[in-house]
Amino acid sequence: MSFGHRHLLGIEQLSREDILTILNLAGTFKEISERRIKKVPTLRGRTVVNLFMEPSTRTRVSFEIAEKRLSADGVNISISTSAVVKGETLLDTARNLQAMNPDAVVIRHSAAGSPHFLARNIAASVINAGDGSHEHPTQALLDCMTIREHKSEFEGLKVAIVGDISHSRVARSDILALSKLGAKVAVAGPATMLQPGLETLGCTTHTQLDSAVEGADVVMMLRIQKERLGGESLFANSREYARTFGLNRKRLDLLKPDAIVMHPGPINRGVEMQPEVADGKQSVILEQVANGVAVRMAVLYLLAGESEGA
Amino acid sequence: MDLLIANARLFDPENNLDQVGDLLVSNGRIAAVGSGLAAGNGVRRIDASGKLVLPGLIDLHVHLREPGQEYKETIATGTAAAAAGGFVTVACMPNTEPPNDCKAVTELILNRAKEANASRVVPIGTMTKGRAGKTLSEMGEMAEFGVKAVSDDGDSVADSGLMRHVLEYAKTFGLVAVQHCEDKALAKGAPMHEGINSARAGLAGQPAAAEASILARDLLLVALTGARYHAAHVSTAESVELIRGAKAKGLPVTAEATIQHLTFTDEACLTYDTKTKVNPPFRTEADRAALREAVADGTIDAIVTDHAPHSRIEKDLEYDYAAFGIMGLETALPLGLALVRDGVFDLGTLIRAWTSRPAAAFGLDWRGLVEGAPADLVVVDEKRTWTVEPKNLRSKASNTPLLGQDVTGRALLTLVDGRPVHDEVDGTGSGGRTGTVGAN
Repeated sequence: MSFGHRHLLGIEQLSREDILTILNLAGTFKEISERRIKKVPTLRGRTVVNLFMEPSTRTRVSFEIAEKRLSADGVNISISTSAVVKGETLLDTARNLQAMNPDAVVIRHSAAGSPHFLARNIAASVINAGDGSHEHPTQALLDCMTIREHKSEFEGLKVAIVGDISHSRVARSDILALSKLGAKVAVAGPATMLQPGLETLGCTTHTQLDSAVEGADVVMMLRIQKERLGGESLFANSREYARTFGLNRKRLDLLKPDAIVMHPGPINRGVEMQPEVADGKQSVILEQVANGVAVRMAVLYLLAGESEGA
Repeated sequence: MDLLIANARLFDPENNLDQVGDLLVSNGRIAAVGSGLAAGNGVRRIDASGKLVLPGLIDLHVHLREPGQEYKETIATGTAAAAAGGFVTVACMPNTEPPNDCKAVTELILNRAKEANASRVVPIGTMTKGRAGKTLSEMGEMAEFGVKAVSDDGDSVADSGLMRHVLEYAKTFGLVAVQHCEDKALAKGAPMHEGINSARAGLAGQPAAAEASILARDLLLVALTGARYHAAHVSTAESVELIRGAKAKGLPVTAEATIQHLTFTDEACLTYDTKTKVNPPFRTEADRAALREAVADGTIDAIVTDHAPHSRIEKDLEYDYAAFGIMGLETALPLGLALVRDGVFDLGTLIRAWTSRPAAAFGLDWRGLVEGAPADLVVVDEKRTWTVEPKNLRSKASNTPLLGQDVTGRALLTLVDGRPVHDEVDGTGSGGRTGTVGAN
């Protein structure tokens, strides 16, 4: 198995083969989570720091569980940071972490490019767990893994991503990953949420939900992330958003009959997705969560486990 | 000390001078321009074969950081950097602490510049008190003390009614109003240009319209008031079109572009290297092409550095949190010469945009390489390659995207009123520490 990367900073740096390598490995790791004794000694003696500089529950827990199942020693650091409240600089944090010689650092940060900054200043492998509005590569990988479990081929698959694309690191990473795998990605949202230049990532843009989801094999609804809007007015209110860009049972008829419905969570029920859709039989939202652990195990194994010091 | 510069290419496009010859400096003035000039007793003779002699360069847009931010740069280090870059005159922006909004600060800046004894400093005053955009600054008194232009620097005057009065009041005292055009409500402090590359980087972007919208408003107010207006660091194709249109209408408008906006595009930001974070941000290929064309056809009057020294405290940060700005006085000349080598525009265009035309824009006395003129000149080695690294820089800062790279072209000797403010004629050729700053 060849994986020529020291860090996972984004999907942008990965080739199609790199993505498939991770997905294949994740497929074998998934079985561990289904055993009664959900632990293998693969990363015994390796230290992984989970550096979360922005609030997160599910991604942090998913990484923690992945680390535990591989027997790595995971350490959590939560630092709330902002441009206004200045504590220790990221550079100093990086140097302090390096002094303790971890094998990998998983970083979540509100500023785009922070994992890249960390990677330039630390010897450990850096795994991006979400940087600002930029990328969230492990989310895209778990999305791809989930899609592959339901659809045999990525080639020609129609995928719609709906919501605040401008501010979504999930959308950015998903567009990059799915287009590299050969899927056709359409993104939709009000024009206030579709920044100029998105097409160059590998997607078409739509201000009508119906035109994006029509005939889709996969529909991914994004959470309307109020916390990232910085007080900007991007839509009138939740009611109108639900009506114009929310996924309801009626709109499901526009999708292919065997289409799957996804969401990176947490869901705003009744806003971007009606409860009967979220809980319906086309929903694979909880499979995404399960696959998150497997994908993160695969990434940790490739970056912190193989060759070096083995 | 008298000085004979022999066998140089003497180049002053404004005075139609381009010949290999000699130039004699005596008593601070250019005593003779010709060939076969003899060096009398006690005259220092410099063999400048293969070197270029230019009128001293003028930079209308620098930040010297003093008073208030001496840890980034001082007037002494900033003017030493200017001298090393071939600049004889720099106009310094008023975003100091306190801002240069009254004669006391102006006087302090000029006194420090005199003590530094390097390149000349032309202070730019603020448009409004405290750069707060509320009330007019003491333009009358600042003008008496040597201020030639006013600007609120990084903060465009947002209030259109106040901006009208700024223009009228500046006109009263013969001052040029210099605007950094940025609609803050539209730009939102975003760290880069809005476009394809901001979409890729996941960074917020400032749309090009944030610059042009303020410029368009200002040009209407210039038409209303007849005041002298200078657009700072124009960066977009739309802005270039607006300036071109205003000039065609005969409005009293001039404009500048930075050497880095003529060199880089927003692709540079994809590395998240904070040494690419500037305001206005690096724009697209098309914008850069429009700027280059505007320099070539004269729509842009002046090339500037917007020398913005920062310490590592402001730059060793996440891209979003790092300060805007890069230093540039010492790297401008090699970047400019590279554009000429690449055929972007000719040497005459570059040098006019660095000498006679900025002088005209700010109403500075200027004569060039002619007999009887003050000996403000620079001897340039166009072929000398050097590495951009702290030991070769006189600025306190090293926040440049060129850090660690080799560049070609360097000032060997800079004279202000015949006084060598930078002198590495006899240096080893590797860097900038060999000269004697402020020697007389």
